[in-house]
Amino acid sequence: MISAVVIGATAIAITRRNMVHAVVYLIVSYFGTAMLFYLFGAPLLAALEIIIYAGAIMVLFLFVVMMIKVESPEEVMFPLSQWLPAAVFGLIYLAAAVVMIVETPGMEVSLRMLTATPGQFALYVFEHHWFSIEVISILLLLALIGALCLGIGKGARCEGGRADSVSTPPEAASAAAEEEI
Amino acid sequence: MIVPFGHVLLVAGIIFALGVFCAVVRRNLIMIVLGIEIMLNAASIVFVGAALRWNNLDGQTFVLFILAVAATEVSVGLAIIVYAFRRTGSFDPSNFNLLR
Repeated sequence: MISAVVIGATAIAITRRNMVHAVVYLIVSYFGTAMLFYLFGAPLLAALEIIIYAGAIMVLFLFVVMMIKVESPEEVMFPLSQWLPAAVFGLIYLAAAVVMIVETPGMEVSLRMLTATPGQFALYVFEHHWFSIEVISILLLLALIGALCLGIGKGARCEGGRADSVSTPPEAASAAAEEEI
Repeated sequence: MIVPFGHVLLVAGIIFALGVFCAVVRRNLIMIVLGIEIMLNAASIVFVGAALRWNNLDGQTFVLFILAVAATEVSVGLAIIVYAFRRTGSFDPSNFNLLR
């Protein structure tokens, strides 16, 4: 049911001409994904999905879409001879993937209800993957610097500031996860 | 909950295919980045489902990393898109044909 909502919203999102509509439909899709995460026993990840994806990333997209006035370009499709082979190969891969999923043994195992509380999750992460967390934080810092460098050029400082103000929530989130220990 | 693991894979596969379609077909840089986001989302659905299937928290940890990488990629990518838009005045990738 929720997956139907997710798939439907995503399908509507990728076909919109108007980019603002596309982004709003994608927010619906991300809320559905967050509910899916919650059902799969990951409440912390559900919260992070809403905060980071639906909150930060989509707002960043909205900022960029609204900052640049959209002239609604006429989107021309590629010529038929160009996309027909690609579509055929893509369909072959899709059929192969479906067959693979259906044929693999152990796919009928139904998932049990099991929840990892945020405390357990944070303990696990910082016991086994503390180095990766540090690497991720350095990556975020580098992204901040890179966005600033791109934004500062030619006296256009605004988008750098926006990018770094939006890219901080993951760090805040990992700090929150740290506090939960 | 009585959901077979295959259904999770199927849903994530459909979402991933939608993301690929969006990234390949649309000729608009912002929609291409949006398609990449959809693909990352599908990957994280599979990770969480697999974490539940094998009772292993590694999957959820990887979703955490995917979130961070997605945020990074979007902030830098959108900064690059805005920069490119200032230089060329269009969103069509086929207009970006200069190396300087």
